[in-house]
Amino acid sequence: MCTMIVEKVKVAGSGKGTSGWFQLEQANVSFDHPFNAPLEHALNIDFVNESQGTSARVAVELSEQAARDLVKTILAVLDRAEAGGHL
Amino acid sequence: MYRTDMYEGLLAETVTINGANGDQINAYFARPLGPGPFPAMVLAHHMPGWDQWYREATFKFAHQGYITITPNLYFRAGHGTPEDVSAKVRGEGGLPDDQAVGDLAGAMQYVRGLPFSSGKVGIFGTCSGGRHAYLTACRASGLDAVVDCWGGGVVMPQENLSSKSPVAPIDYTKDLPCPILGIFGNEDSHPSPEQVNQHEAELKKHGKPYEFHRYDGAGHGFFYYHRPAYRQEQAVDGWEKIFAFLEKNLS
Repeated sequence: MCTMIVEKVKVAGSGKGTSGWFQLEQANVSFDHPFNAPLEHALNIDFVNESQGTSARVAVELSEQAARDLVKTILAVLDRAEAGGHL
Repeated sequence: MYRTDMYEGLLAETVTINGANGDQINAYFARPLGPGPFPAMVLAHHMPGWDQWYREATFKFAHQGYITITPNLYFRAGHGTPEDVSAKVRGEGGLPDDQAVGDLAGAMQYVRGLPFSSGKVGIFGTCSGGRHAYLTACRASGLDAVVDCWGGGVVMPQENLSSKSPVAPIDYTKDLPCPILGIFGNEDSHPSPEQVNQHEAELKKHGKPYEFHRYDGAGHGFFYYHRPAYRQEQAVDGWEKIFAFLEKNLS
């Protein structure tokens, strides 16, 4: 690794990988080299279930700004859902 | 230099070697055909893993006349596509330094023991592999040359040290037993030009033979033709510098 900046969080939900849907167990969030995004470093999120092997992975690689916008958007949507009595 | 009327042949295959703690791991191996003796190279793959670029690099060094081996440093993380396996290692915060050094030292012993080996062995790495190559050269006795291409984390602030990386590679510089070639981009942030300066100063302080080349207009990973970071002119010159250095130190 180059930056070795990574945090893990347990997550509940489902992800759709190359072999279809699977139960998510964890998200690995790193700021390190991406595999595909045209950036030296990216905010990478790997939604995984290690008990199902390395291919049980849904990956996103985001620019810093995209990652910050996404965080704000997720929180805004949750706030609206809460305000609407859905949570 | 090859001529168009020369016979040329390579053998390339996956082999099994003894790595750190005697663990068996796999490795990609290529060598020129013929009785030798040939010098050898160990390649330390980068963070994106034991991937296609490193298979091609293995061919490239073999084509230049080196027995070449690239151990799968992520073997213990399981198997799958190189990206999926690498993502798992990334999620774990990288490799323990001791394990990487042990695997690369095992690869060195494997190639040195082959009947067509000249006994001279160098090591090359890019990105995290450059760092691992430097660590291995300093800590595993027996290497004759090291090529560090933009190895990030050779210089480490105290707060970045961890149980996996308890000592910054730069602090092993006094133990470096062989010449080093460094290839860096001046637009890189990891290592930054300031960190390359620190590394160079440490080599000077200990009287180590070194050759650093720093390229303007290049950042991190400028040899990677499949990435936007690729810089054709600088990459061509960098490869020429590498093979001239190895010819000088491993012949």
